[in-house]
Amino acid sequence: MRSTTASASISSRSLPEQSPWHLNDRAIQNLFIWPTLILLIAMNVFPLLYSLYLSFTNYSAVANKPPLWVGLKNFADILMSEQMWDYFATTGRYALMDVGLQTVIGFGLAMLLRRKFFGSGMITTLILVPMMISPVVVGLFWKLIYNPNFGFFNYAVGAGNPASGLDMLASRIANKPVPGLALFAVVIVDVWMWSPFVMLLVLSGLNAIPDYLYEAAAIDRASSWFQFWRITLPQVAPLLLIAVLFRTIEAFKSFDLVMGMTGGGPGDQTELIAVNLYRQAFLGTFRTGFSSALAYIILIVIVAVSNLYIKYLNQMRGEA
Amino acid sequence: MANFEEIGPRTPVVEAIRVDQVNPRARAVRRIVAFISLAVALIMLLPVFIMGITAFKTRSEVVSSPPKLIFQPTLEGFVYLLTDRAVASSSRLKELEKKAKEGKLGLFARIALEGGQEITGPSAYVYRLWNSVIIAGISTVFSVLLGLLAAYAFSRFKVSGKGDLMFFILSTRMLPPVVVTIPLFLMYSAIRLHDTRLGMILLYIVFNLSFSVWLLKGFIDEIPKEYEEAALVDGYSRLQAFFKVVLPQAVTGIAATTVFCLIFAWNEYAFALMLTSQRARTAPPSIATMLGRGGIEWSAIAAGSLGFLIPVVIVTFALRKYLLRGVTFGAIRG
Repeated sequence: MRSTTASASISSRSLPEQSPWHLNDRAIQNLFIWPTLILLIAMNVFPLLYSLYLSFTNYSAVANKPPLWVGLKNFADILMSEQMWDYFATTGRYALMDVGLQTVIGFGLAMLLRRKFFGSGMITTLILVPMMISPVVVGLFWKLIYNPNFGFFNYAVGAGNPASGLDMLASRIANKPVPGLALFAVVIVDVWMWSPFVMLLVLSGLNAIPDYLYEAAAIDRASSWFQFWRITLPQVAPLLLIAVLFRTIEAFKSFDLVMGMTGGGPGDQTELIAVNLYRQAFLGTFRTGFSSALAYIILIVIVAVSNLYIKYLNQMRGEA
Repeated sequence: MANFEEIGPRTPVVEAIRVDQVNPRARAVRRIVAFISLAVALIMLLPVFIMGITAFKTRSEVVSSPPKLIFQPTLEGFVYLLTDRAVASSSRLKELEKKAKEGKLGLFARIALEGGQEITGPSAYVYRLWNSVIIAGISTVFSVLLGLLAAYAFSRFKVSGKGDLMFFILSTRMLPPVVVTIPLFLMYSAIRLHDTRLGMILLYIVFNLSFSVWLLKGFIDEIPKEYEEAALVDGYSRLQAFFKVVLPQAVTGIAATTVFCLIFAWNEYAFALMLTSQRARTAPPSIATMLGRGGIEWSAIAAGSLGFLIPVVIVTFALRKYLLRGVTFGAIRG
């Protein structure tokens, strides 16, 4: 590094101040970094602080009245509201099912594709396609697929006759409400869309396992079951956990997919917390102060969950 | 043994081959695995396939029960998506039919005519698609450009507090969009950026910037410093070395980052829904609002979704090597 700066200063001395091409390193560094930092501060840090302030006020963005300081009232209201706890519980159930299934399926896919065979690169890419589509578009076309009269889903699961009355998004079987069905329908779609992501991370983990571990196990005539539990799983665990962490965070932020498919319905069976946040902030009376407080609570939950995972991850790495 | 020396191994031995992996049983297992993988991939793509065929169905075929797999394809869905139409009066209808016979009518006009309608102009969706192209395009250029500069500086100079700054840049990506959207909405309303293309472009630049800095830094880190040092010794200034030596080396990294930023900006929904209403609205939220009208135009929705995802799929395939790297990147280094 030192030699670089030295040669740079020599060269700029030998070619004295002819043009803007001859800025010194310090100037270039500032010129290169500051635009990015300024943009991030203006568009991320400032809004974050501002919304922290708003969370302590009673304010509506469309009411033409200045924010009124109410202290912790918004937070108290949210934490006392049974409805809000319900939404959090729904989100929790959703996250649990969603991340659980994604982990299992993503892991399975990765195990299938771990050894190269003719066309495996192509197949991997094909499996990635769902992930590249806009979630709201995904939500929309799955709504069509789930349609009880002309969707393909019912036929695929053998409930083709409309009389059987399986309607996933309305949570009904034969006109009887089955709570949780709509949420499960959303889970299926999210799993379809994001299992490839888990697969990708696990694949890169699998590829990094040194061959000699398996060779040693093969020489010792260890069963493939044993190899899986004692070599594969522990070696992939850190990356698998990172994938799970990412997907858990996303589950708490989940919004586009539900908006495209159910809009929170039927009733509020799929009203995830992020969907409700949107409703509070941008529909009806624009409860800006209240929704800022809710946004902060969600943020705190996400940070807490992430920290839990990261702690566990570090523990695992420490042992490995 | 002697025989072996004469013939030699059938294929050149480039690495140690484990006997237990080339025996017939292992080969059979591998073939089965390949077959299952292919089946799984095809099942995963079924929904996309259904979307694709729905886009070419007529309105009545979409809602037929049981759903049809075989049908006469039509472009009706695309016509409904891309044009505004009005019911034509009977005299006008005759006039149009005559024109159609003479072959003076375009493809879309003829399809509209079959439903007794005439085209009055392009639909709002066309305008919104154009918005999407402009906003995603321009924001991508700038997020890659700014990201490249910052990545270079972080990679090559001793920036004080580098670790913290890099973490700060990454952490902006972890925020749920709704948290920053509320104050941004107020800020944008105050400085009249709400519902403008400029506002959305700025937002998407920032949205992608943290990712672009991290990804590009990884690529630039891999370009040996010695190249630039040689250029500096030869009398290049630092900036000249950057443009003439580093930039050409970083082209693959720049391509990968561009594709990623483009896909993100192209697909983004939450910000667009909350910060635009008419003038700057992009395509994703407007495909969704097509549901809001009385009759659901499924074939139009399918056509819109299909048209919207085709560019992404093409890009995904063309640049799949880089994409795989980009997706895993954040997780491994972050």
